[in-house]
Amino acid sequence: MLLDIIVSGLISGSMFALLAIGFSLIFGVARIVNIAHTAFYMIAAYCIFFFTQRMGVGPIPAMFMAIIIVTFLGLIAYRFFIEPIREHEAAVLIGTIALAIAMQEVMLLFFTGDFLSVPSLLEGFFSLMGVKIFFQQLLTFGAVLTILIALWLMLMKTRLGLAVRCMAEDREVANLMGINERRVAMATMGISVGLAAFTGAVVVPLTILNPFMWMEPLIIMMAVVVLGGLGSLKGSFIGAYILGFTEALVVFLIPKGAFLKGSVALSIMILVLIIRPEGLFGIAFEEER
Amino acid sequence: MSLIGYYTRKTYTICKEEVLVLPGRVAVGVFFLTVLLLPLFSQSPYLLRVMVLSSIFAIFAASWDLLSGFTGQMNFGHALFFGVGAYSTALLNIHAHLPPWASIPLGALAAVITGLVVGIPCLRLRGTYLALTTLAFPIIVLGIVFAIPDVTGGELGLSGLSRLTGTRLWDYYLTVIVMLAVCSIMWKIANSNTGIIFHAIREDEVAVRASGINTTRYKLMAFCLSGFFAGISGGLYAHFMRIAGPSTLEVSMSFTVVIWAVFGGIVTIYGPVGAVFILFPLLEFLRFWPEYRTLAFAIVILLILLYMPEGLFPYLRDKIETECPRCKIRNVATRKTCRICTAPLE
Repeated sequence: MLLDIIVSGLISGSMFALLAIGFSLIFGVARIVNIAHTAFYMIAAYCIFFFTQRMGVGPIPAMFMAIIIVTFLGLIAYRFFIEPIREHEAAVLIGTIALAIAMQEVMLLFFTGDFLSVPSLLEGFFSLMGVKIFFQQLLTFGAVLTILIALWLMLMKTRLGLAVRCMAEDREVANLMGINERRVAMATMGISVGLAAFTGAVVVPLTILNPFMWMEPLIIMMAVVVLGGLGSLKGSFIGAYILGFTEALVVFLIPKGAFLKGSVALSIMILVLIIRPEGLFGIAFEEER
Repeated sequence: MSLIGYYTRKTYTICKEEVLVLPGRVAVGVFFLTVLLLPLFSQSPYLLRVMVLSSIFAIFAASWDLLSGFTGQMNFGHALFFGVGAYSTALLNIHAHLPPWASIPLGALAAVITGLVVGIPCLRLRGTYLALTTLAFPIIVLGIVFAIPDVTGGELGLSGLSRLTGTRLWDYYLTVIVMLAVCSIMWKIANSNTGIIFHAIREDEVAVRASGINTTRYKLMAFCLSGFFAGISGGLYAHFMRIAGPSTLEVSMSFTVVIWAVFGGIVTIYGPVGAVFILFPLLEFLRFWPEYRTLAFAIVILLILLYMPEGLFPYLRDKIETECPRCKIRNVATRKTCRICTAPLE
């Protein structure tokens, strides 16, 4: 039981962490609330299904192709639909919702609403104290940690990472210091969508595909981001594991917990916000007037 | 007799001096007449059903505008009020056997209480935090609905409510008149002193507080008012469809209302109402290509946002009316001088 909770919490926590960090990055840099973030995750999952099941490509090349295609798609969507309305906060929210719905409908047209699945990369499992741990779960967890470390190195050690952190801190001053705001926003969007696509790619063997699969992680991802503080990467990381473990605890310990897992996770978020309105690690932005 | 004559002349003068001079006001008058006289031309049950649902959702969209458009408290979980209104109306009707005229207002009161419960923790949040937090509330309630199926009916919802009225035609008149009345009330609130304070809170909350206005009270008031009107629409929906199901609380419901309001233009009240009356029937009549319907909807929204970010109706209004630079009175775009102060219009 305890080990079940730990495994399930670690897997869902890592998935939320990846999604939430991507979402948080683009919010911090460009103040864009990208509701379509998890829709890109859905598209990546479908891409892998298409390449492996219909075209007969191997799973690893399929993953890379999916990530590249989705990143490219994200950049196109950003350039044509999000950038022109970036300054209107409400318009961005609506625009990205519409974008997500459009993607969902296109996938519905191509693949119908049937539940689909993709076989695991690694078959088999080993038992640890009576709990089955699939190799695929270990692989997913390892891939997530690798990507998180790579992202941290990118943000802390490269010039692009410095520019991204500057933009998140203060957009106007970053602009005055000669950082090309548009280009950094574009690059961040690429990274953010790429992270969403990567999440889709590593999680796809563990879940069931359908065109509405973007709704549920969207809600939890937003809860994670708000809990950790908008724009704070550390906050997103810790918040993701808090909510991941909460979900696992609720599912395993409370009868009918599967229905309540979202409710409990969101209630925790609201409780934290009542005590600390800017989230666990958020910085209270000075009011923009 | 002379009194009747006096009022006739007064109405005539108001029509001539205030309504007929502005195309926007004429359009509103034409809209009122059209929805009231529609059954004279066609009584097809399908058309009436579409119009009834449009009226219900028009109230819902306008109530979102009253809260989120005017006070700027971005509410992404507006389905909460709709769902709570629908479920409480259904429970009152099924278990307490209250008729619709009692259960709908009581259901709306339940939505007001929900508005208070949601509003108080949300007072400290602003902007995106608020939007994302409010998104959570309907999902929490939805989880509870699924967890106690004995009371709420679980996935299937509560069915078997009594009819709104006896016939489809009376249903139509009841909902349309409620819609016109409620939207007029909301428009009146938005143009009163309270509405001005709501505007000011959106623009600069600190300055409003510095002027000695208790912004907390006004924000809670906005939550309650909006919850009340959304609760009414939820109750009407439950009685009209004769079912209150989990679909009233879904995320897509919250998103749809925001899409309607932004499409029509926020901070106007008439914008969301008009948007629902355009988009909802359009979606219904596009049933010939069911698989492309939602896609077309999403693409239309994206294009509207790109070319008229402030919404359809404010955009159209600016095309046919101009504002006098001196006295801020609106005029027809074709006039050369202002109709009140005769200042030249650009």
